[in-house]
Amino acid sequence: MKRLLILTGTAATLALGAAYAQDKELTIVSWGGAYSNSQDKAYHEPYEEKTGVNILTEDKSANALAGIRAQVEAGNVTWDVVDMLQADAQRACDEGLVLQIDPDEWLAPAPDGTPASEDFVEGTMGECFIPQILYSTMFAYNTEAFPDGGPSTVEDIWDTEKFPGTRALQQIPQKNLEWALLADGVPADEVYDVLATKEGQDRAFAKLDEIKDNVIWWSEGAQPPQMLADKEAVIATAYNGRIFNAQVNEDQPFEIMWDHQMFETDGWVVPVDTGEEELIKDYIKFATDTQRLADQAKYISYGPARKSSAPLVGKFEGTDIEMKPHMPTNPKNLETAIPFNVQFWADYGDSLEERFNAWVAG
Amino acid sequence: MATREDRSKAPLVAADGTPLKEALRRSQAIERRRAFALVAPLLFFLLIVFIVPIIAMMWRSIYNPEIREYLPQTASALSAWDGEGIPPEPVFQAMAADMIVGVENRTIGRAAARINREIPGARSTMMRTSRQVDEWSAPYREKFLEEDEDWANLEFWTILQRESRLITPTYYLLAMDYEYNAQGEIAPRPEVYQIYRDLFFRTAWMSLLITGICVMLAYPISYMLATQPARISNLLLILVLLPFWTSLLVRTSAWIVLLQQQGVINELLVGLGAIDSDGRLRMIYNRTGTIVAMTHILLPFMVLPLYSVMKTIPPSYLRAAKSLGAHPFRAWWRVYFPLTIPGLAAGCILVFILAIGYYITPALVGGDSGIFISNLIADNMQGSSAQLKLAAALATILLVAVLFIYWLFNRLVGVEKLKFG
Repeated sequence: MKRLLILTGTAATLALGAAYAQDKELTIVSWGGAYSNSQDKAYHEPYEEKTGVNILTEDKSANALAGIRAQVEAGNVTWDVVDMLQADAQRACDEGLVLQIDPDEWLAPAPDGTPASEDFVEGTMGECFIPQILYSTMFAYNTEAFPDGGPSTVEDIWDTEKFPGTRALQQIPQKNLEWALLADGVPADEVYDVLATKEGQDRAFAKLDEIKDNVIWWSEGAQPPQMLADKEAVIATAYNGRIFNAQVNEDQPFEIMWDHQMFETDGWVVPVDTGEEELIKDYIKFATDTQRLADQAKYISYGPARKSSAPLVGKFEGTDIEMKPHMPTNPKNLETAIPFNVQFWADYGDSLEERFNAWVAG
Repeated sequence: MATREDRSKAPLVAADGTPLKEALRRSQAIERRRAFALVAPLLFFLLIVFIVPIIAMMWRSIYNPEIREYLPQTASALSAWDGEGIPPEPVFQAMAADMIVGVENRTIGRAAARINREIPGARSTMMRTSRQVDEWSAPYREKFLEEDEDWANLEFWTILQRESRLITPTYYLLAMDYEYNAQGEIAPRPEVYQIYRDLFFRTAWMSLLITGICVMLAYPISYMLATQPARISNLLLILVLLPFWTSLLVRTSAWIVLLQQQGVINELLVGLGAIDSDGRLRMIYNRTGTIVAMTHILLPFMVLPLYSVMKTIPPSYLRAAKSLGAHPFRAWWRVYFPLTIPGLAAGCILVFILAIGYYITPALVGGDSGIFISNLIADNMQGSSAQLKLAAALATILLVAVLFIYWLFNRLVGVEKLKFG
């Protein structure tokens, strides 16, 4: 179906005498599901229509860093633009696997002329990383499982007496360890300092031990809404956009618990040696301009990374639902939010991931 | 003029005068070449897609070029270091020079990533220092130590010196839950990191258990298949073959539908009042799920060889034994069972070796207690902290283990006894 769309799109633009030849192609790697869909609608399809460039997509972002490493090492880079987490992008950048980026040369300025380097949310632009969205990972639950009201704090998640049932957690140490420490009483601003010590790590794993028997693990973003819908789990950690999608498009009785949500940035990197640099630059300039980032928020509840896009965010496509209250960046949702510490995980990710895997399988 | 005796001693010759032996050899050589030409495409195919990648994988599990390649001067300066106290100025000078080159080529992060695996946080220290080092001048030692106390960490330098080797057993040690300690001796890893040995044993015993269950289930069904009239046995055979033809993923997902907490079986039990709704059984996302789903998927591999062997055993043998006075069990045990061993052996080796490398089913229904070593190999190939070399070491160990089991099986049972149908 998609190929058909692309083909007809290409044919239409050719007929109109588009500037680019039809054999131009870009391979874009992303996360799949509702998220890729929002990118399709907001960036890919308009770009194909405008230029006639054929955009191919792959849903490989969950293994993006390993994939880029392998491709660069083998000297055969087939991915042109890759959607990646900021922590992974930082590592890829340090290892020389992705291109360095000059925001003002690569990116379009805001409509009022503000240069791109000043138009993105502070701390999100990287040496090699172009932010697109702010998204959040937080707990969500199925309201049918808790007729008297669901959990409202991270401590409640650990309270299996008051809120019985299975929890579905993502099978990575990131965020789970932070929440474990928060539930154990560590103040939010000390979480990463505590987690950097061996005692802190022991403490986090001990806290996770308390609920281990009530936990099942997920690895793909599409799984938690499915597990909640099946009632295989009653509480799940999830990406906020996926839960929103299930609430609105599938009418699921899900509720998001915003307490201590962890928000982070997702965006583009460009692997070295793709041989398509000019075309890629052209695409990225188009896909990250103010209007495009605001458009994406019509299809998924992730906050645009450009400050100038925020006022343009409107309603969910085809409905009357205002998107602003569902954004992780909405002030009310941000009250107890914790910024995900990219630097900490770049340093401690290796050893904590190893320990976490051993703990899960043990 | 030759006598009769002479002629008999003279070599036999073909029509064109060449000795017969020679002619035979020549004509056979042509045959052999023709036969080889027929096999050559397969050999070539195997070489390209199978043997070369396996050798490349094994090579990767011991090859350790990062430090040598990205910190070349430091590596050679460190080779003279005796390991006592903080290294002398030339080492720091070499490090500074390497860093300047590394920042320019953007390869310093690769060396930093390698060391960060051994010392969490070393990456930051290296990256931070490398950003400033081009503004410094000799002597470097104090500047490094001033910049960050991590540079005074002896362990850092010991590891750097050790990992300057191009060939390293590090990944095999990790794969067996061992590591080098601060003194450079091989020691068990801290308990919280130990996992791979347990996983290897779990994979082996669960595969054995699944093979055992398959034997228990497949033996009677195969016997029925082989002895019932065609009308019934054809129907039964369809029941065995239909799942065999169904995709692995479909069958695994079907078990999820059946076994999950809101699944068919739990609903049925709750509906019947056998369990109450809060006490739903957890039959999936754990060891039970893996065993049930894998037994189902591998069962045909046991039934088919058993059936094909049983089909060839004349029923008159059993009747003869019984008519000679043997108890039915004794007749079965002494006459029938030994005749089924070739099929049983084939089924067992098939199921066991398939099970030991299973990946998708444990990943989908295994939860945390039902995963296999292959899932850990996959983990080490993907994800952001992917350790391809550790994955290669684990995979090599698994391969060697399977070859060893096959060898052992061959010694005990004999491959020539196998009958697959």
